[in-house]
Amino acid sequence: MSLTLAHFLALGGILFSLSVAGIFLNRKNIIILLMAIELMLLAVNMNFVAFSRFHGHLEGQVFVFFILTVAAAEAAIGLAILMVLFRNRNSINVEDMDELKG
Amino acid sequence: MTAADLMLALPEIFVLGMTCIIMLFGLWLPEERQGMISFVSIMTLVFAAIILLGWDDPDPAAVSFAFNATFVRDQMADVLKLSAFIVLAAILVYARQYLRVFKVAMLEYHVLSLFLLLGVMVLISAASMLTVYLGLELIALPSYALVALRRDDQRSTEAAMKYFVLGSLASGLLLYGLSMIYGVTGTLSLAQVANITAMGNNTVLVLGLIFVVIGIAFKLGVVPFHMWVPDVYHGAPAAVTALIGSLPKLAVFAMAIRLLSDGLGNMQMHWMSMLVVLATLSIVVGNLVAIAQSNLKRMLAYSTIGHMGFMLLGLLTGSDQGFSAAMFYAIVYAIMAAGAFGVMILLSQHGVEAEHLDDYKGLSKRSPWLALMMLMLMFSMAGVPVFAGFFAKWLVIQAVIDAGMIWLAILAVIFSVIGAFYYLRVVKLMYFDAPDKDDAISVPADFRAALTLNGSAQLLLGIFANILIGLCVASF
Repeated sequence: MSLTLAHFLALGGILFSLSVAGIFLNRKNIIILLMAIELMLLAVNMNFVAFSRFHGHLEGQVFVFFILTVAAAEAAIGLAILMVLFRNRNSINVEDMDELKG
Repeated sequence: MTAADLMLALPEIFVLGMTCIIMLFGLWLPEERQGMISFVSIMTLVFAAIILLGWDDPDPAAVSFAFNATFVRDQMADVLKLSAFIVLAAILVYARQYLRVFKVAMLEYHVLSLFLLLGVMVLISAASMLTVYLGLELIALPSYALVALRRDDQRSTEAAMKYFVLGSLASGLLLYGLSMIYGVTGTLSLAQVANITAMGNNTVLVLGLIFVVIGIAFKLGVVPFHMWVPDVYHGAPAAVTALIGSLPKLAVFAMAIRLLSDGLGNMQMHWMSMLVVLATLSIVVGNLVAIAQSNLKRMLAYSTIGHMGFMLLGLLTGSDQGFSAAMFYAIVYAIMAAGAFGVMILLSQHGVEAEHLDDYKGLSKRSPWLALMMLMLMFSMAGVPVFAGFFAKWLVIQAVIDAGMIWLAILAVIFSVIGAFYYLRVVKLMYFDAPDKDDAISVPADFRAALTLNGSAQLLLGIFANILIGLCVASF
């Protein structure tokens, strides 16, 4: 059996669903939320690389480089916010994020 | 890349260069001269506007592309960028007062807001999916950091984390949709996407479109993707709420036009029905929930949700008339929001934000001028005739009627009347209630000038609405 575009898209789809489920179902740790966000961007990268190979040109792979770079910056900001949050309330529990509501 | 390409993007390049210079030299400025940062930032905006207007265009209606057709400059881009400069200049004047009172880092605020402006400009001029993504992230990343600017404040950091998670989720969903569209069409250029989708569309493309619409809805903050809006508005420092409540709306409007009209205009029958649902829900939920709020920031957050629903009314018609109405709405809304938060900043005198409605009791006796400005802003938001907000609502509703959706127009009118209630309640508190405290409000001269311009702009844009409407109509 040879690997086709459909296989890669299915893999991308599965990773994407896992990450969305991770964001909405996770009730424990904010770090897991950050991991789910990274996973989501990687799922998109998988799609772009697969399509790029399928079409036989490089546009999609160039896009992936940009996504990877932005994802790194995003992770840095996310972790920095997590740091100040932990300093303020000594917890990174999702359920403790309940001061703002109404 | 040619010299002509660089000339076309000169305002962006100038803003980027000046931001880097401010960031570098701001570090060496002694504490007592930090006010220079604010001055240089505002001058940057002034010169960027001069560069933008000074670009000699042989034909104002022309559309010019640069950098392998990833960057576009047309009249819509110029008008929106100019409005972004004006709104940001007003916000920077207001913010100077806030940063001084709350002792927040001057340099970080200005550098981050200029980077945010750069993102707004890139997104407005995006002609390829890559530029859309980069512009969007260049707006998002500084805003996450800005919301957490008061880093020892619990609410500020919690809001930043919520904004970060939901904002990243939105970017991810949008990207997934873009990857589908890229997969079907084999190109990143929105103009070529339009050419290829003209030949017919398939299920994968519709799937991609759904993700793109969800991404746009998240970024606009329309129901049911609005859950971050009240928390972020509430938790963020008022000077930051003014920023993220106004500039990104202009940019996301442009993004919706670029993606949905320029790129996927042939799939209008698909996105129109989705936007109808989003717009209806936002107008209903936004205006109803706003009534129940006792916190002005949360009230304005829900009012934003309602206003974005109204803006979508213009977009969903898919006609040039609707697009120009939505553009007028976006610009007027950005100016109104900046002014309302300006009033809030001015009232936050002693290190406590004036976010409760009770803080506005009897304002007309403490400062008749400030109460008058707030009155004009609230009347404009409510859509009282003669004010700019009235024409904004009128134009989108007219576009909806011309598109044959009478029921939607009736619903919009009913809920704008319901919405008027909570704006007028602020006016009632200011003019007919006795003040809780009677300390005088000290106003710096530049703040007074900016807020006077901002408030009276609501009246002037209403009386001379034809000028701005003409510019918006000529953009499409």
